[in-house]
Amino acid sequence: MNKKSRILTFVVIIAASLGSLKVHAAAGAACGSFLSEDGLTKGECKEAYINAKDKASLQRGAQVYMNYCLGCHSLKYARYKKVAEDLEIPLSMFQENLIFGDQKMGDLIQVGMDPKEAKEWFGNAPPDLTLEAGLRGPDWIYTYLTSFYIDESRPLGVNNKVYENVGMPHVLIDMQGTPRSVCKQIPSFADNGGIKQDPLTGEQLTEEKCGFLQVDNGTGEMSLEQFDNTMLDLTNFLAYMTDPLKVERETIGTYVLLYLFIFTMLSYLLYREFKKDLH
Amino acid sequence: MVTKLMNWFDDRLPLTATIERHLTKYPAPINMNIWYLAGVLLVVVLVIQLASGIWLLMNYEPTAEGAFASIQYIMRDVKYGYIIRYMHTTGASAFFALIFLHMFRGMMYGSYQKPRELLWVLGWITYFLLCALGFTGYVLPWGQMSFWAAQVIMSLFGSIPYIGEDLLTWIRGDYLISGITLNRLFAFHVVLLPLALIAVVFVHILALHEVGSNNPDGVDVKKFKDADGVPLDTKPFFPYDVMHDLYAIGVFLIFFVAIMFFYPDGGGYVIEYVNYEAADNLKTPEHIVPSWYYTPYYAMLRAVTFPLFGLTAKFLGFVVMAAGIAIFVALPWLDRSPVKSIKYKGIYSKFFLALFVVSFLVLGYLGAVPSTPARTIAAQIFTVCYFAYFLLMPIYSKYETCKPVPDRVQLG
Repeated sequence: MNKKSRILTFVVIIAASLGSLKVHAAAGAACGSFLSEDGLTKGECKEAYINAKDKASLQRGAQVYMNYCLGCHSLKYARYKKVAEDLEIPLSMFQENLIFGDQKMGDLIQVGMDPKEAKEWFGNAPPDLTLEAGLRGPDWIYTYLTSFYIDESRPLGVNNKVYENVGMPHVLIDMQGTPRSVCKQIPSFADNGGIKQDPLTGEQLTEEKCGFLQVDNGTGEMSLEQFDNTMLDLTNFLAYMTDPLKVERETIGTYVLLYLFIFTMLSYLLYREFKKDLH
Repeated sequence: MVTKLMNWFDDRLPLTATIERHLTKYPAPINMNIWYLAGVLLVVVLVIQLASGIWLLMNYEPTAEGAFASIQYIMRDVKYGYIIRYMHTTGASAFFALIFLHMFRGMMYGSYQKPRELLWVLGWITYFLLCALGFTGYVLPWGQMSFWAAQVIMSLFGSIPYIGEDLLTWIRGDYLISGITLNRLFAFHVVLLPLALIAVVFVHILALHEVGSNNPDGVDVKKFKDADGVPLDTKPFFPYDVMHDLYAIGVFLIFFVAIMFFYPDGGGYVIEYVNYEAADNLKTPEHIVPSWYYTPYYAMLRAVTFPLFGLTAKFLGFVVMAAGIAIFVALPWLDRSPVKSIKYKGIYSKFFLALFVVSFLVLGYLGAVPSTPARTIAAQIFTVCYFAYFLLMPIYSKYETCKPVPDRVQLG
């Protein structure tokens, strides 16, 4: 085997190993029976375009979380003070507006609710959400938050497309308005991917498909777009919660990489000098 | 001054002799290639794991109540704690990736053949210890996957006929996986196994320096020596190989650091997403998977679906899985080929080695995805292929036609 084929074998084996991992990763978490807006894909999460560096978005997300979620969902691995510092919220302002009860800035973010009682009320104690974005991924959270709909057959009157028969009430219904699961006419697609047409008139054929989400007009405090953005902020905040030091980590990582590039370059030059002895 | 100091030491310790034997006068073949880097990189990763492990230990709490929270404490409240932890998690995956490459190198160039049988056996022991370290370490964060992986792996001991159930209780120290189990795995992970690993690695390197490095041609470089008795086709390990390795370590660390700082989860392979949830013995995860480096063996475990000779399928699966790890140790005695390197072996050896690599990768994939009837059949076929490489070796390596081996190493 010459040098070329040797390196080729090496690369092929590494690539095949990584390739087999990639196939596995693709079969990842799904979003229940969530139907995309065009009705073509079912169970795929909406992509959450979030940015860990967008402090304003994180601040808005924290505000929504502390006001609407913290009643039930703790963030028990994180501390108030750290959140305030990371999100650049002045400590006094944070203390006055975002801490409820007699908790202190240095405390972990707990809830007052007794888990046993909570289990009786909801069927399951509401989970801690510090690491939820790591567990499910931001896309799942964003899709879940925007997928509640009215379902009178459920004890709390609502259901969720992503998490069927979830025990959680739609806490943000006043904000969003009344979401319903509706049926719509959508273009009918042939097997080859083209839109089916009536052979005589040339009109596009449609078919009825159910399971789309639609909010009743004028029932919410926010417009559709505002609500969507608010949910993105909340998702961003939860992603921050899972990985609070992402920005710092990547900054340090960049410096470490720069150092290593220089180190490797110098060590290569050194190696090249020594190699000259050998021939 | 320096000479005086060295003399002082030399009168009391074989310092100069050791340096010469292992560094400045250790003859390394001149035709070693990229595959020979895995060994030195493994030593680097061992040091990374030891150093980061000690620092993790300073803040980790080995109790069922506190373990999960203490990991989050390290990740959030300990200054730069996340760097230490990601170093350790990335190091674990790197350790296995490199040892696989290192073992494959040995299989390719016949590095297990005489006189390197003991060297190979020692290396196999480090692999076994590494598997044990990986498993015990994986349980420590006490996340959902930690708990259920421990549940699955430990329950295998329960499948042993007659003594299984009692043995299982004895190993767990409890009637179910609990804080007591966590404590003993912790003790193994931080004391017994690393001590054993360091000791065996040390002896592995001693043995290597006794018999000398093999090379891609599998020829004995000690046959031709110059007037001073130095083998002709070699160079001193220091400075030539050390300088080369330094450069290689730089390249390796660039990849290592890129994963550590930018993709610490490694797409769910370095840190599994399910482990973001604390252990809950009442809630079984939908899909229990081991870490990626155990998936080939997990696929073998699941491939055995039928009882035989009055033994349960689970026990047989356990035996097959254990045999899959153990069988490497027999390689020096299975290979009957007169030549070492795959370069000069016959077509059958090449075919079976390729089949082994494909089987290992396919099994690795199958062990990572949920099983279906078709996948189970595939896993059975590739398990047979995996073992065929070893078990048929005495036949195919003996009766194939090999190419003539040159006297001296070939360059380029």
